[in-house]
Amino acid sequence: MKATLRLIDSVTVVDMSGRITLGEGCTQLRELIREQLGKGNKHLLLNLADVTYIDSSGIGELVSGFTRVSNEGGQLKLLSLTKKVHDLLQITKLYTVFDVHDDEAKAIGSFEKSAGA
Amino acid sequence: MAAKGSVVEVVLESDLKNVEVAEEVTRRVSSTAGFDEDDQHKIDMAVHESVINAIWHGNKNDPSKHIWLRFEIFSDRLEIHVRDQGNGYDPGHLPDPLSQENLLSVSGRGIFLIRTFMDDFRVESRAGEGTEVVLVKRLNSNNSAPSRREGP
Repeated sequence: MKATLRLIDSVTVVDMSGRITLGEGCTQLRELIREQLGKGNKHLLLNLADVTYIDSSGIGELVSGFTRVSNEGGQLKLLSLTKKVHDLLQITKLYTVFDVHDDEAKAIGSFEKSAGA
Repeated sequence: MAAKGSVVEVVLESDLKNVEVAEEVTRRVSSTAGFDEDDQHKIDMAVHESVINAIWHGNKNDPSKHIWLRFEIFSDRLEIHVRDQGNGYDPGHLPDPLSQENLLSVSGRGIFLIRTFMDDFRVESRAGEGTEVVLVKRLNSNNSAPSRREGP
């Protein structure tokens, strides 16, 4: 998995690509979220447009990240799901748990300004 | 029962780096068997989850152990056997990942996804002989996830 970070209006946009699977991909995602929370960046928008594969461990890592960010008073949202990832979130009933967006500008605008960046 | 067409067998060292090898073989076999791209992905994911279970839970991540993959192509279906050298488990006693209390669990979705993506799934464990899971996908089946069958 590769990840590139952009900061827009106090929202950290994470452009992710590759595989989020048990092992390296999950570890990278966990570390990335830990680092951002450590820096006080609590508004995270994960852009999954170029993520080619997520397995059950990757889904678990997304859930774990969502919970950790929420517990810190922040928000973790998802952007641009591929059909395969969209279907996985629907199957696992997580589509209603995550705030999912298709438009980046609208996604950034949806973050609560009071939650801190 | 439909006549058997061909069999593909692969033995892998029990290492996570071999999961992608298993996926590649699975894609080639499922394509050869006549599945469309959507079903190929479902079969791929089911094998991915099964092989990870075999390496991680069955063989306890011991690289000296092995995983056996056997693909049996029939005219109406594909049967995939994934065998490890572990002690087995009872899939009937796994928590339902869709229940409200488990929805935000970090783990526990692997077997659920296998059951959702395949038409049949069974586990055969024998003491001292490892665990074998059998995955069946029928050609032109009505299993069209994201809808799913009942059961965890």
